Amino acid sequence: MEIKLWINGKKITDNVEPDMPMLEFLRDKGCYSVKRGCETSGCGLCTVWLDGKPILSCTVPLMRANGRHITTLEGLQEEAAEFGAFLADEGAEQCGFCNPGFIMNVLAMARELDAPSEEDIKEYLSGNLCRCTGYMGQLRAVKKYIEHKKGARSDD
Amino acid sequence: MTDYKSVSKPVRKKDAMALVTGKPVYCDDLAPKDCLVIKLLRSPYAHALIEDINTSAAEKVSGIEAIYTYKDVPNNRFTTAGQTYPEASPYDRLILEKRLRYVGDPVAIVAGESEKAAEKALKLIKVKYKVLEPLLDFRKAKDNSIIVHPEDNWKALCPVGADNKRNLCAHEVSENGDLEKAFSECDAIVEETYHTKANQQAMMETFRAYASKDVYNRLTIVSATQITFHVRRIVATALGIPKADVRVIKPRIGGGFGAKQTAVMEVYPAFVTYKTGKNSKLVFTREETQTASSPRHEMEVKVRIGATKDGIIKALDMYSISNTGAYGEHGPTTAGLTGHKALALYSRAEAYRFVYDVVYTNIMAAGAYRGYGAPQGIFAVESAVDELAHKLNMDPAKIREINITKEGDIMPAYYNEPANSCALDRCLEKVKDMIDWDSKYPARDMGNGKIRSVGMALALQGSCISNLDVGSVALKVNDDGFYSLMIGASDMGTGCDTILAQMAADCMCCDVDNIVVQGVDTDSSPYDSGSYASSTTYITGMAVVKTCASLTEKIKKYGALLMGCDEKDVDFNGKEVYRISADEKISLKDIANSSMCNNSNALYASEGHASPVSPPPFMAGAVEIEVDKETGKVDIIDYKAAVDCGTVINPNLARVQTEGGIAQGIGMALYEDISYNEKGVCRSNSFMQYRIPTRQDVGRTEVDFEPSYEPTGPFGAKSIGEIVINTPPPAIANAVYNATGVRIRELPITPEKIYKGMKDED
Ligand code: FES
Ligand code: FES
Repeated sequence: MEIKLWINGKKITDNVEPDMPMLEFLRDKGCYSVKRGCETSGCGLCTVWLDGKPILSCTVPLMRANGRHITTLEGLQEEAAEFGAFLADEGAEQCGFCNPGFIMNVLAMARELDAPSEEDIKEYLSGNLCRCTGYMGQLRAVKKYIEHKKGARSDD
Repeated sequence: MTDYKSVSKPVRKKDAMALVTGKPVYCDDLAPKDCLVIKLLRSPYAHALIEDINTSAAEKVSGIEAIYTYKDVPNNRFTTAGQTYPEASPYDRLILEKRLRYVGDPVAIVAGESEKAAEKALKLIKVKYKVLEPLLDFRKAKDNSIIVHPEDNWKALCPVGADNKRNLCAHEVSENGDLEKAFSECDAIVEETYHTKANQQAMMETFRAYASKDVYNRLTIVSATQITFHVRRIVATALGIPKADVRVIKPRIGGGFGAKQTAVMEVYPAFVTYKTGKNSKLVFTREETQTASSPRHEMEVKVRIGATKDGIIKALDMYSISNTGAYGEHGPTTAGLTGHKALALYSRAEAYRFVYDVVYTNIMAAGAYRGYGAPQGIFAVESAVDELAHKLNMDPAKIREINITKEGDIMPAYYNEPANSCALDRCLEKVKDMIDWDSKYPARDMGNGKIRSVGMALALQGSCISNLDVGSVALKVNDDGFYSLMIGASDMGTGCDTILAQMAADCMCCDVDNIVVQGVDTDSSPYDSGSYASSTTYITGMAVVKTCASLTEKIKKYGALLMGCDEKDVDFNGKEVYRISADEKISLKDIANSSMCNNSNALYASEGHASPVSPPPFMAGAVEIEVDKETGKVDIIDYKAAVDCGTVINPNLARVQTEGGIAQGIGMALYEDISYNEKGVCRSNSFMQYRIPTRQDVGRTEVDFEPSYEPTGPFGAKSIGEIVINTPPPAIANAVYNATGVRIRELPITPEKIYKGMKDED
């Protein structure tokens, strides 16, 4: 099947099997940040954006992206590093395997919610599993990042 | 405390920015694109013999390169346990075998050009099974007429009390003092049976490895492993090829927690590439990782514990049965920790006895999981101590204060080692403060159908396997004076590469950025037994200290040579070698650069370290929970932890280790349970069926440190990685009792069990 879409702003036309999962397609196209952690839509590792909204790339069929824009962490390197620095300063990036999906969701949340409370944060990110950190360091990093963003906004 | 420049500082992990920006650094990101894709056909029966297997239709599928069955593999038994040779785990496996011992045991290996082709071929393999009755109840396994390993070439390399004809993987008795006399002097005795379940490590990166042949026709395996060097030996043994023909490399790995301390699947790509000469890879699905892997040993632990009316614990007696499943990986060694760690919390008791049996059954083989047998024993002992306190009408904190191991005590259950560094008393005091024990114990009715209560537990673990683990590193001086630190220990995401670099930086009086680290490659890294038994900081860290000392001597010597003075007259301050008796110096930069021209003294050092002792880290954990009186549902409100891991080398990483371990412990306490149906089929085959804690399940965790100083550790450090998982199961069980009067002795502590307990009480 013919598909036309944008990955991180770059237009791609390809011929794919109709059952090609989006996750495998993205990895084939060099977006190695996209990870698989399960087969049951239960871990959040594979999170990418479709037209700016977070989705599970293991679950959404590739053909749904026809004519649309996919964003992966490869397309958000600056923001990833900006938030990632907070995570690293907590030592909470740990093994890192859950980080890309988690960070995609954190960055989406930062755009979507204005001043999320601790409960909002936990709720928004509840689909992102992490086995290393126990989530506390991630929470500290998210809070500091949101503070930092707020500070940056009120500066301009 | 001495003021170090890098040690005890929250240094960022060296790989941090690569990880947070999603760089392709993991096994499957690095695998060559032309790898044959491997899939395994797995047994649908818990116990069966292959009567006939026909692969001809499957071989015709386009893109299939090879299909292997038991007829094609060598008849060399081996163990996949990542342990130092000779391994304590019995040699009870073949790559493929006619006899199938659990649902999921591999029947055939398929290698094809694509996943689709391999999967199609799997379906076309025709197998005729002779189905045998499975042995599923581990309590009945010893001396059962069903024998899991009847084969004659089954072999135990070490005297661990194993006997395959009795389904025994290990058996041991250890004791100290006159047990029955000590019990006869007790006013209160608790005797109960506790049951802990098998748990999955559930690291986010499933098992995976790829193999290729290099330019010298050697087999190279890149594996997500904690035991890089052991994989080399295991693969060579399984394939029956010289160890010199195997090279193993560890990239970044996505978590291990002990799972990857077993070579769960490396032999398959190794075998395929060995046979075909082509690149091959195997990536386990989550389902395979859940059902055909190396989870924690399920155990039944009987504890008898007695005290005088003043609360002085006089005697401890433990008998445990451990379920190693179909194969014996880590069976003999995990079982030992169950008593040797848990009983050592109360070393002042007059007598103890500890007996265990480890048995084979027809379920997935168990393996190593953070804590390695200790969590099972600590759940039992720390529950029993609370039960004893209640019997004596004592505050559970008080009975612990009286009886715990203190600095300087000899720990009979812990191989008679002395507690040279022990702040357990301070940990206990601190955690009481942190949770506000005195005002919150035991419970408060919140008036809205909910009760809030507190519970506590203590833990200890080891810092290595004494007289066994080996750590070594190499350090060399490069252009302009930067150092390369070659590490044989496998960083599994915990940051050990960085921690070792911090130590090296302080030893060499330089910035941590001046030290580049290199992960494990068996061809070039110095030998290290691996990242397990909490040993990296303690053992490999000491190797760093020694290596730095010997490199410093070489730098001084070479500096003296360049200045034309006696080497006794110089010292090194990290930046320059300077003369003590004269105002003359030469910079490290100049030394480094001139060492690369007309020089016969390599500025390179490598030292190893092993330890006759394994100084335990200690910890106290306390939890506040809220129980719903209607449903029995437990919510974690706060978890407080005070940890004595000796000198904290990196407070951020130690804190996150602790928080992560506590979350896993909460999972073990409340949710995680690998269960099987009556045919031996594992039900817990996905994250839907096997729930691990989400960020909404763990409440708030707060960690503090109560450092002691361990004289035998690098910079006074002990370990942190494993101890942190131990306290939640007993602390939560104790809190549930304090809230409801219901004592849960079988994990996980589900709402149904609490509800039923409350019902039975009324
Ligand atoms: S891979 Fe687990 S949710 Fe997509
Ligand atoms: S950092 Fe390892 S799973 Fe989250």
